[in-house]
Amino acid sequence: MSASNYASWGRYPDSRPADVRRLAARPTALPAADTSMLAYGNGRSYGDSCLNNDGLLIDMGGLDRFIAFDAATGILECEAGVLLADILELVVPQGWFLPVTPGTQFVSVGGAIANDVHGKNHHVAGTFGRHVRSLGLLRSDGTALTCSPNDNADWFAATVGGLGLTGLVTRATIALKRIEGPYMDVDTLRFSNLDAFFDISAASDADYEYTVAWVDCTARGNKLGRGWFMRANHKPALGQQPDPRRRGGPTFPFVTPVSMINGATLRPLNTLYFHRKRKPRSRDTQHFQPYFYPLDGIRHWNRAYGPNGFLQYQCVVPHADARAAIAELLERIAAAGAGSFLSVLKVFGNVESPGLMSFPRPGVTLALDFPNRGPETFALLDRLDEVVQAAGGAVYPAKDARMSSTAFKQYFPATERFKAFVDPAFSSDFWRRVTGEDS
Amino acid sequence: MRKVLIVGATSTIAEQAARHFAAAGDALFLTGRNEERLAAITDDLQVRGAPTVAARVMDADDLSAHAAMIDAAKAALGGLDTVLVAYGTLPDQAACAADPAAAVAAWHTNAVSVIALLTDIANRFERQGSGTIAAISSVAGDRGRASNYVYGSAKAGLNAFMDGLRHRLFAAGVQVVTIRPGMVDTPMTADFDKGPLFASPEKVGADIHKAIEKGTAVCYTPGFWRLIMTIITALPRAIFHRTGL
Repeated sequence: MSASNYASWGRYPDSRPADVRRLAARPTALPAADTSMLAYGNGRSYGDSCLNNDGLLIDMGGLDRFIAFDAATGILECEAGVLLADILELVVPQGWFLPVTPGTQFVSVGGAIANDVHGKNHHVAGTFGRHVRSLGLLRSDGTALTCSPNDNADWFAATVGGLGLTGLVTRATIALKRIEGPYMDVDTLRFSNLDAFFDISAASDADYEYTVAWVDCTARGNKLGRGWFMRANHKPALGQQPDPRRRGGPTFPFVTPVSMINGATLRPLNTLYFHRKRKPRSRDTQHFQPYFYPLDGIRHWNRAYGPNGFLQYQCVVPHADARAAIAELLERIAAAGAGSFLSVLKVFGNVESPGLMSFPRPGVTLALDFPNRGPETFALLDRLDEVVQAAGGAVYPAKDARMSSTAFKQYFPATERFKAFVDPAFSSDFWRRVTGEDS
Repeated sequence: MRKVLIVGATSTIAEQAARHFAAAGDALFLTGRNEERLAAITDDLQVRGAPTVAARVMDADDLSAHAAMIDAAKAALGGLDTVLVAYGTLPDQAACAADPAAAVAAWHTNAVSVIALLTDIANRFERQGSGTIAAISSVAGDRGRASNYVYGSAKAGLNAFMDGLRHRLFAAGVQVVTIRPGMVDTPMTADFDKGPLFASPEKVGADIHKAIEKGTAVCYTPGFWRLIMTIITALPRAIFHRTGL
């Protein structure tokens, strides 16, 4: 199988495993290898945390079996390669939902644990890892551990958010969340600047389970940070309505020769989106699919960024300096004429993350895509890191392909403690980069 | 609700087809050679909605084990109305060309044992006057080609056998469904370079379920293989022999 099937979602950097082993059944031992190894789920990490250049990738796609589901309690056990999409397809008709979901349903359960992913309900539910009751971990010394917040709790804390480095996660048990139906009550409000965002966010957290905002990353001056705030709750049941097809959407057919998101399209796209509705506020009912996963409707949308791929940047800055820091980040992005139309702002809650290396922490998080324009893009991201470092924030490894090892150690103060749990047989492009080790 | 026997249920394609039966609420009896993998698939199919899933370890090459296995399936499901034969091996053509014993072994698994199994099932379904018998053959059976004619000829034998069986059982109201997949991205083809003609096991599994539901006589999956094989079988020998097919 050609290595190019094992890229990351940003299609940067170029990395080729020396070997790929696809598991067909739950393993009782790790594959033998002369190189380091790393599990590869569904390749939705943006940067290099899911890559292992010249090493072994363990393709988890064949470990896609459910093990048990109790429809009375919502406790689901499955293999690590099961996708969140598969879980939704099974449980939504039975009145259950993912306790936490990221912006795509095409991530594996193993990947959701390894990155301790979060969603629009972070302010009430915390991260995905908080809802993991137990996980199976296979280590290169031959041990098979069952880890939970109570048993092997130190291994659990290291593995949740542990970037797949503590061993192979083979299975997990998750506590789902009750819903009455597949529809959402969505309230959408336009806001004209960053201060208005913070006001709406503060006023929404108590009454809305899901909150997130889109921001116009090209706006400056008194329009800096303008956008749309989307807040929602699960809707009480409203009888039978047809479900939109999940996997039937269009596919972006090829990698465009140049990025479709460039200097000529960036500002018009953002301005048009900001002015897409005349009314500054609207309430409507939406199926959960378009609400949670608008981009899943277009397969391979990442191809629109052209042959050089793109870099995503997601950071969090603590509440204390959040307004100033977010304003400075947006100003630096707008001044550079960079970014895309996929810019997202959200206030994290104070629910503690369960992993030693979890990214979410109290504060405000900003996420954007940048078409890879080479050195100028990397220089801008370094300038953003200056702001985040000065504010005492952090950058999300699942989306990173370039942060320095100095920045990483500042963002993740538990790194030294975490190292004791890293399996000596495991590594990744990301890990070698941020620890300054060779493969 | 169907009562489905799947022989060779640990194959990737069979597992994908089985998920559709499970989601439709059908009862399932699975056989395979690996007990642990059968157990994992049993759990999965139960979660996916199958009201009953039972499993039995069996090597289909052992013809003497067939009758007892079918009896056990009937007992476990309280009858039987659908059978999917999904096992097979893709032998190394060079080894089969060099060694008569390897060629015969490939025929035993891919043709002889299937014919034995289908004969027993056919007699039972003919007596009960209903049922659907499906088996996974291959597009390779449509024309013998240098690259895989031992495998292809076994599948050709199976195709002709099933054509005749369909003819015979028409009067009894029993459906006979021949599945002819093209190249599928499974462990069987793990060593192949995957080109655009390779289909996913999910697609092929869904097509198999649909063909069984509709009672399609001959199902090419994906469907474009019907056209490809029509062309390949129509090629004059003078041209065909110069190809690398």
